[in-house]
Amino acid sequence: MLLNEFLLLGAVLFAIGVYGVIARKNAVLVLMSIELILNSVNINLLAFALRNGGDPTGHTFALYIIAVAAAEVGVGLALVLLVYRNKRSIALDELSEMKG
Amino acid sequence: MLAASGLVAQNVAFGMVALMMIVGAIRVVTTKNVVHAALWLVVVLAGAAAQYLILSAEFVAITQVLVYIGAVTVLFLFGTMLTRAQLGKSTDLNNKNWALGIPVALLLLGTLVYVLVDSFHADKVIDDPKSVPVVTTQQISDSIFRPYLIPFWALSFVLLAALIGAIVLARKD
Repeated sequence: MLLNEFLLLGAVLFAIGVYGVIARKNAVLVLMSIELILNSVNINLLAFALRNGGDPTGHTFALYIIAVAAAEVGVGLALVLLVYRNKRSIALDELSEMKG
Repeated sequence: MLAASGLVAQNVAFGMVALMMIVGAIRVVTTKNVVHAALWLVVVLAGAAAQYLILSAEFVAITQVLVYIGAVTVLFLFGTMLTRAQLGKSTDLNNKNWALGIPVALLLLGTLVYVLVDSFHADKVIDDPKSVPVVTTQQISDSIFRPYLIPFWALSFVLLAALIGAIVLARKD
């Protein structure tokens, strides 16, 4: 197995996630794209962990990233619910009150 | 390349799962239905768990299944349910200038591919297929609770803050 197989898969998923963050208007779909980005990072971490002869550090940080992603989704969806309750819409381009 | 590395089954499994993940990821960002996007996300997350197994990271793979497929997907479906009356197709999921995302993503992908191919031409994940290194759960827990204890504590506070923050934000009063 080449190291680049996994790194290139991570790069493709990262680019797709970035496209989703830019192109999507629905806030829930933007959060899903962020999950794609975080998963691509985890694949990279674990590929490098195996390449370093089974280094548990990579596994540790992959687990930390999973925990941070769970916290991020919890807070993110609470924010989305709050925005929906106030504006009856979760289209991100309508949230322009703070524009100068 | 495949036969030379001596891990043909792993390479074939990687290729199939990687194809499934890329198709699923593209569907997540292009589908017109939010519920379908959440279900395609399950395909990508399960594929990532399979890749972790190929990379001999069993504990992380199981955690991925439990946390992502078990909890995060349900959270997304709840978010969809609570913020939208209609669950069918909708036409207003993309920004007005969504096409701007394509050149940005392609530019990013091109840069990443160039840098990766330039840096790690033909580096192998495993040098000797006869002795694949195994990371046990004990090693992972030793790593978490010895050298990386401070990040673990910080993460505990992040989770606590996220818990309280989510309750405060979503509470009605």
